[in-house]
Amino acid sequence: MSVVFYVLAALTVAGALAAVLLKNTVHCALALTVAFAGLALLFLNLDAQFAGFAQILVYIGAVAILVVFAILLTKGSETPRDGVFSRTWLVGLVIAAGVFAVLSWAVINSVRVLPHETAVPQVTVLQIGNALVGRYVLPLEIVAVLLTAAMIGAVIVAMHEKVGHEKEGQK
Amino acid sequence: MIEKLDQIFVSLLHWLVSSLPATLQPLAGVLLSVVAIVCLFPALFALTTVFERKGLGRIQNRLGPNRIGPFGFFQPIADGIKSLTKEDIVPLSADAVVHFLAPVVLVVAVFMGFAVLPMGRHMVLVEMDAGLLFYFAMGASTELAVFMAGWSSRNKYSLLGAMRAVAQMISYEVILLLSSVTVVMMAGSLSLTKIVEAQSSYTWGFPHWYIFTPWGCAGFVMYAIAATAETNRSPFDLPEGESELVAGYHTEYSGFKFALFFLGEYLAMFSISGLGTTLFLGGWSAPFSFLTWIPSWTWFFSKLMLSIFVFIWLRGTLPRLRQDQLMNFAWKFVLPMCLLNLLVAGAWRFMGEGWPRWFVCSVILVAAYAGLGLSEMRKGKIGPRSYRYAE
Repeated sequence: MSVVFYVLAALTVAGALAAVLLKNTVHCALALTVAFAGLALLFLNLDAQFAGFAQILVYIGAVAILVVFAILLTKGSETPRDGVFSRTWLVGLVIAAGVFAVLSWAVINSVRVLPHETAVPQVTVLQIGNALVGRYVLPLEIVAVLLTAAMIGAVIVAMHEKVGHEKEGQK
Repeated sequence: MIEKLDQIFVSLLHWLVSSLPATLQPLAGVLLSVVAIVCLFPALFALTTVFERKGLGRIQNRLGPNRIGPFGFFQPIADGIKSLTKEDIVPLSADAVVHFLAPVVLVVAVFMGFAVLPMGRHMVLVEMDAGLLFYFAMGASTELAVFMAGWSSRNKYSLLGAMRAVAQMISYEVILLLSSVTVVMMAGSLSLTKIVEAQSSYTWGFPHWYIFTPWGCAGFVMYAIAATAETNRSPFDLPEGESELVAGYHTEYSGFKFALFFLGEYLAMFSISGLGTTLFLGGWSAPFSFLTWIPSWTWFFSKLMLSIFVFIWLRGTLPRLRQDQLMNFAWKFVLPMCLLNLLVAGAWRFMGEGWPRWFVCSVILVAAYAGLGLSEMRKGKIGPRSYRYAE
């Protein structure tokens, strides 16, 4: 655990906290991007180049943009006067704590199960690519089918709306 | 002598660093290289603005800047002083913090891209196993900066311009990535240095650049289209369409912050041309085997400036696209061609040496281009144009 790790961890946690606590929704989205960037830097700090760059490419380049588009293109993007905190925050807190507990249980258990590596493993992008299209090809294809289905679904939803508008216009 | 001239910058760096204590050497080496990049490309930017204005003037049958210095070549210095001394106006309702951060994030993200570009033999700042991925990750971060600029200005033209820019950049980024993937498939590596090395051999005096193969040529054309759209250059400069949006996402920026946006746009142009050079045009390798004695960095920068010249030429000749044309072109024409090109590249790889693969791959690509183009043209109903209000 070096100084770099603590700085990056502080950045990530600060970004995540700001994403929850800020009042303006777009500010929340931008703070979330800081948390994503912190995570990517943590991956790079662990010498996981592929994971780090993929995190930046997918989360900062695409997911963050998707989030701000969703905020700006839906109604009610203006911040309500009485704050953005939901009345059911207690339930949300319980769910979040539950998820956190499951994840931390898994992480703590994994230390016992996995072999203890003393040296840093040298993983190249070539190996990751070979593993993805070799041993893990089935999960990869399942994810691909899922994403394609989601995309076709989104297109159909958008098309349906357009047809409805045209009919209304004709009336 | 030739060897020395080729490696002059590398040896200069080694000589400068060698006088320092051993513990400081790696840090000093990196710092010096960064300073070199941060100085060189803005200088190139200043030069390019003059060439661009003069070139556009030539195309439009006028003189262009010719008052300051010999042939107007000191114009960028005057422009620089002007933008530094201008008042920095921040609109009252703007989001001050985000408004300030947007140009900074943009320029930093664009500068990061230069870190992995090999600008000559052994001349690369960071030798990275996943260099191409790093480049695209940095390129993707600029979209957020554009959004921040447009949103924080609290101006409908800025916001519209930013939304247009982000939608365009996301659409064409898919094409940019898919057209580069063919090169990765052939070179078998994401490292830009290895991609250049894979192209720097010669047969009968001619180089093995990827542009001289059917899939490489098609890939390069699509890469060039996507690169023009990614950098918001004409004919894809809708986000800044003056006739519709004042100046797009940087409408509310003045003084030095505007200069940063301007710098960011040109730096993005340099870096994306540099990447195109590296991927398809053989990077720093010479175009003929008898010209290899010329230093490698000369070739890289010559190819870079040639791409910039094409950018300027296009800007002077082509009219701006409409938003729906832009999106239809990306998703219905270039993207299917990109996917087909991936298959063609695979076929090229597994058909082995010889002329059959040249024939098969070229026929598939040309047939697809003609077929897809003709079917789209038929749908488009192109005929005499009718004007609703002007007749």
